[in-house]
Amino acid sequence: MKLASYTLAAAALLAATGAFAQAKEQFFPLLVYRTGPYAPNGTPWANGKQDYLKMINARDGGVNGVKLSFEECETGYATDKGVECYERLKGKGASLFDPQATGITFALTDKAPADKVPLMTLGYGLSSSADGGVFKWNFPLMGSYWTAADILIQHLAKKEGGFDKLKGKKIALVYHDSPFGKEPIPLLDERQKMHGFELVKIPVTAPGVEQKSAWLQVRQQRPDYVLLWGWGVMNSTALKEAQATGFPREKMYGVWWAGAEPDVKDVGMGAKGYNALALNTSGTSPKVIQDILKYVHDKGQGTGPKDEVGSVLYTRGVIIQALGVEAVRRAQERFGKGKVMTGEQVRWGLENLALDDKKLAQLGLTGVIRPISTSCMDHQGSTWARVQTWDGAKWSFSSDWYQADEQILKPLIKSAADRYAGEKKLTRRSPADCQS
Amino acid sequence: MLYRENGQFKTSYRADLQVFPIRQDRVAIALLLALAIVVVPLVAPEYLFRAILIPFLILSLAALGLNILVGYCGQISLGTGAFMAVGAYAAYNFQVRFDGMPVVASILLGGLCSTAVGVLFGLPSLRIKGLYLAVATLAAQFFVDWAALRLKFVTNGSSSGSVSVAGLQILGIPIDSPVQKYLFCLAFVLVFATLAKNLVRGHIGREWMAIRDMDVAAAVIGIRPVYAKLSAFAVSSFIVGVAGALWGFVHLGSWEPAAFGVNRSFDLLFMVIIGGLGSIMGSFFGAAFIVVLPIVLDSLPYWFGIPIDTALASHLTFMIFGALIVFFLIVEPHGIARLWSTAKEKLRLWPFPH
Repeated sequence: MKLASYTLAAAALLAATGAFAQAKEQFFPLLVYRTGPYAPNGTPWANGKQDYLKMINARDGGVNGVKLSFEECETGYATDKGVECYERLKGKGASLFDPQATGITFALTDKAPADKVPLMTLGYGLSSSADGGVFKWNFPLMGSYWTAADILIQHLAKKEGGFDKLKGKKIALVYHDSPFGKEPIPLLDERQKMHGFELVKIPVTAPGVEQKSAWLQVRQQRPDYVLLWGWGVMNSTALKEAQATGFPREKMYGVWWAGAEPDVKDVGMGAKGYNALALNTSGTSPKVIQDILKYVHDKGQGTGPKDEVGSVLYTRGVIIQALGVEAVRRAQERFGKGKVMTGEQVRWGLENLALDDKKLAQLGLTGVIRPISTSCMDHQGSTWARVQTWDGAKWSFSSDWYQADEQILKPLIKSAADRYAGEKKLTRRSPADCQS
Repeated sequence: MLYRENGQFKTSYRADLQVFPIRQDRVAIALLLALAIVVVPLVAPEYLFRAILIPFLILSLAALGLNILVGYCGQISLGTGAFMAVGAYAAYNFQVRFDGMPVVASILLGGLCSTAVGVLFGLPSLRIKGLYLAVATLAAQFFVDWAALRLKFVTNGSSSGSVSVAGLQILGIPIDSPVQKYLFCLAFVLVFATLAKNLVRGHIGREWMAIRDMDVAAAVIGIRPVYAKLSAFAVSSFIVGVAGALWGFVHLGSWEPAAFGVNRSFDLLFMVIIGGLGSIMGSFFGAAFIVVLPIVLDSLPYWFGIPIDTALASHLTFMIFGALIVFFLIVEPHGIARLWSTAKEKLRLWPFPH
């Protein structure tokens, strides 16, 4: 009798754990920073990511019946805290990480292959990781700092009336003195050699509130253009300094991380004419944003303030999460619909993304981003970006789409990836490995 | 009751000079070592190793180094982060520039480079004291930050300024898994803690303490301040440098100067002050307090299933943490180590403590 009851209890326990294991939830770890000097920019980005997951659950009931769950961990943009968050959330069944910081990406790039979790670094991170042959687990989707720098130079050339007109021009790079700010330098050096302009590198110590000496240098050097590679509080400070030193804002071009509302709002009219790259649109007109408003915010479940929905960084958060969810959907097409995908399976999904105009329309992303398709060798998928200009109240596009120049990027990426592989004693992936 | 030492007689100088003269302490330490070396590697989950134990061990080592300088020799330093950085970058350079360099050798050589820099920045201590010295050591912090950001040589020409190491191994055994990394750090910590404990018990330690308590009196009785102060800087920055190399190599794997910023220096100083100035044990208490407590505070809402905003949780952590530091310093200015020894005193007199 006693034995029977024990067996029964054990069976019940087994059934319970079995049911628990089958509770279909795809877990998304969210590394965020809502505190510290970068919080004004980190917060809308994080809110967008979370709202998209809530929307998919509310509208579609998850991905093919698999509910999406998530948990946030505050990194404060610090590498060691980021590593701790990664370890904490990895243990909870994470299958895809968006580290949300270049420094953390560098630290995790070494850990991801061992843990078999892909890293998605949309528009940031390690530029050379576009080479999927070496960086099996990194996905700098939609562009890296190299594509950004390349597009900026293309735009300047177009403005001047041809690449040959860049000769003798002086371009200053005012950058955040961290891996984030230094990443574009190799590409700019390359372009400098090709076109004969002079590149002046002016570092700004993190977090970037103290820029007096940097702008004194700008004043002395009198560059024709300033490229601004800043993040968070550094951007608005730079614009204020430019105003104070009288450098024309029309000649300042920011990377896409220096082109959101928090960067210019405080400066207002003082930033009028300032240009920055845009990876995505802003505003509430896209269908995906409308859906978020309808299914999440109107039900009082929004993560942040409602009037922030649709801002530049918020929309970028939505795109990041949308691509992550699409990677899961793609993986399910191959490994079984309605199943929870592992890190390896999501990695395959990321590597085989094929979002054409039709797919983007289904996602409600028409016009927000360009079609994107990745492959084993190309982990970037797309390198398109536009230039936008701040008119004192809002951002509006001031150029057509540009695509980074493959001729320059490819050899640069390949040599950097080969160097990385040499340092880490890795071998390039074989064609057979690409099929896996 | 269990902690009474009735009947434990010492019949030789040797017995009297033991590190742990009381039998109960020896048993406790043996149990602790067994736990750390045998039990923990067998049972602890990966998260515990990677996020808590390894950082705890490495930062304890750094705190131990700083404690020698601040706690034993009385020279306040705000440049600890810089000395860690020197250890890490120097070890990195030895690792990448010399093919087949053993990891342990790189780390120890990194520590030696840190010693040189530490002694250099310790020179002002011969003339200035206290807060003024703290500001002078802050110069080390800014100088090293600058060097790591600007000098191509330091980062081996890395275009992004971030360096990384991989494929660590000792005698063909890779240091990959969390357990291996943990044991690797543990070995360093045990060796250095033993060395430090014996140093501070010996004549060098007594010289340091004499300088700390009253440097003029120490000079009068024949202690050379130059030698005592610089040796404290040397030993301290050696240990801190080794800790820095471990932090870069083992914990982060890839790092940028921000990993060794001025905040790291402050953290370590807090560890030493909260743990207990002039106490080897205190360094461990302090490190545990600073490493583990924020993580626990951060996770508490999740454990109890209270949905709480991430930003709010993070702010709360800062506030509670700050309040606890203030509380500790008011209740026991000599740190957690002193609380521990008071508890021991009381246990010895139990059931009639006074």
